[in-house]
Amino acid sequence: MERIKKAKLADACMTAVFCCVAGAFLLLLLVFASYVILRGFLGASPEMFTFTRKGMMNQLFNTVYLVFLSLLISAPLGIGAGICLSEYTRGGKLSELIRMCIETLSSLPSIVVGLFGYLVFILMTGFKWNLLAGALAVSILCLPLITSTTCDAMRNLPDAYRAGGMGLGATKWQTVSHILLPACLPRIFTGMILAAGRGFGEAAALLYTAGMSTDLNWSNWNLLSPTCPLNPMRPGETLSLYIWSSFTESTAANAQKAANLSAAILMLLVLVFNLLVRKLSQHIDRKSLGETVCSK
Amino acid sequence: MRQKGMFQKEYFWRYLILLCGAAVIAVTAAIGIFLFYKGAGTFTVFGHSISEFLFSRDFHPNDSMTGENGTVGAAIFIVGSLVSCGLAILIATPLSLASAIFSVEILPKFGERFFRPAVDIFVGIPSIVYGWTGLTILVPFVRRTFALPYGNTVFTASLVLSVMIFPSITSVAADALRAVPQELRAAAYGMGCTRWQMIRKVAVPAASGGIYTGIILGLARAFGEALAVAMVIGKSRTMLTGLFSATSSLTTVIASNMGNTFDGTEYNSALWTMALLLFLISLLFIFAIHLLAKKGEMHGKN
Repeated sequence: MERIKKAKLADACMTAVFCCVAGAFLLLLLVFASYVILRGFLGASPEMFTFTRKGMMNQLFNTVYLVFLSLLISAPLGIGAGICLSEYTRGGKLSELIRMCIETLSSLPSIVVGLFGYLVFILMTGFKWNLLAGALAVSILCLPLITSTTCDAMRNLPDAYRAGGMGLGATKWQTVSHILLPACLPRIFTGMILAAGRGFGEAAALLYTAGMSTDLNWSNWNLLSPTCPLNPMRPGETLSLYIWSSFTESTAANAQKAANLSAAILMLLVLVFNLLVRKLSQHIDRKSLGETVCSK
Repeated sequence: MRQKGMFQKEYFWRYLILLCGAAVIAVTAAIGIFLFYKGAGTFTVFGHSISEFLFSRDFHPNDSMTGENGTVGAAIFIVGSLVSCGLAILIATPLSLASAIFSVEILPKFGERFFRPAVDIFVGIPSIVYGWTGLTILVPFVRRTFALPYGNTVFTASLVLSVMIFPSITSVAADALRAVPQELRAAAYGMGCTRWQMIRKVAVPAASGGIYTGIILGLARAFGEALAVAMVIGKSRTMLTGLFSATSSLTTVIASNMGNTFDGTEYNSALWTMALLLFLISLLFIFAIHLLAKKGEMHGKN
């Protein structure tokens, strides 16, 4: 009897410990997120929300533009590599090699990617720090994520889809492009949002590629001019780089407040993207559930 | 005529897709080759020995092409990385294991609906935000609590790292626990186990492979983190003497000095050698994860 009592006591104690740890974790998240967001927005002055030298909106634009550019590069490449991995090189030596490369890429420290980008896209091309080099560096980081989500999504499709396409006399590419790709488009999209989320916060890979200054003239739309917002060959400081530079070389008087605001905006972006991914995957789940119900 | 176009299209797309696959291989190979090429310069061009790089504390590389009288001992930074990450893992592992167990074994419905999304949000927060918050809150806090002249210490760095990797480990460990078959639990309960006995003797051992994978992934993330650590570790080039001394890690020394050196100098190639070391360590982590997976498969067969 003594032993059973002891076991029950231990069970109750450990349950309490687990609940405490988990509760503390949730509390930490809540406090952390709301603190960062509130501190950022409450401490900000109105001029920080302008597209000027003192404002943070130029940095926000750079961040979004850089992520857009990097997705433009990494999405076609990643989706192609994912299709290659799941449909064209199934189980072969080549597929093993690509898989190994994807794993290596995804575990690479971002500072190493930044160094590689600095060497190849800046030193070897002879250009000054520019957004395109930053976007290329970030797309190296996004590539494994998009490739593996595409490959997983395609693998999870029932083989009947492939057989159906072949049975109708479609070629392999027709089957892939008309049947398989549309069927897993939502999942690929989820992967792209995840990759974009990673790109927004990236700083170490951009340190020596995208540069730490930004000087935009919003009435200048000559694509070749270094102050044109849309010129990808200009230096562009992102929000996360701004936080870093306010730590290393805080020159402006309100640098800390501006960095707080940058952190708050980054946090908000993370929350919004997370909600997007959740909504999207719920939608996918409901859709695939509906399909299985129909097939029964 | 139409059929011929169709075949051309077929081959065109096949080669394009294979080209995408080849591009992934090419990018990885290029990164590896450049790292080896630039990183080996310390040993081949400037003639330092590998043991000097790994074990010497004397880091005074010469910022010139000839590298006269320069020394490239990186032991300070290697120890800084090892200690800050090791400590972070020690702090984060028990806590994340406990929250994973909570969300799978104790309140599974709540865990699925609220806990998992919360963990996902935490995983997605950019590390620079962790670093900045650590710098503005944790650094003054550590300084006041332990009555130190500066709050930028290796202890602060490992606190920031542990908060950062905690959600990553939790998420992988929870997935591993979720994958444990329900029959195992039912069998344990059927023999009269309490829940804690079931967790300790059945669920955690059965999920141990996945839990170790989570720990290694967390370690890899901590090892590769540069800027968040640089903000709180103090960036001093001294060997660490205790938990509360400032030091540098491999990543921070690269991040803060790469911009001040010229390509081809001894200083520059010493930094590249450190990047190469980081690359090799991340390969080691992948290898460890593969070993674990293989071991798990063998267990499954028996």
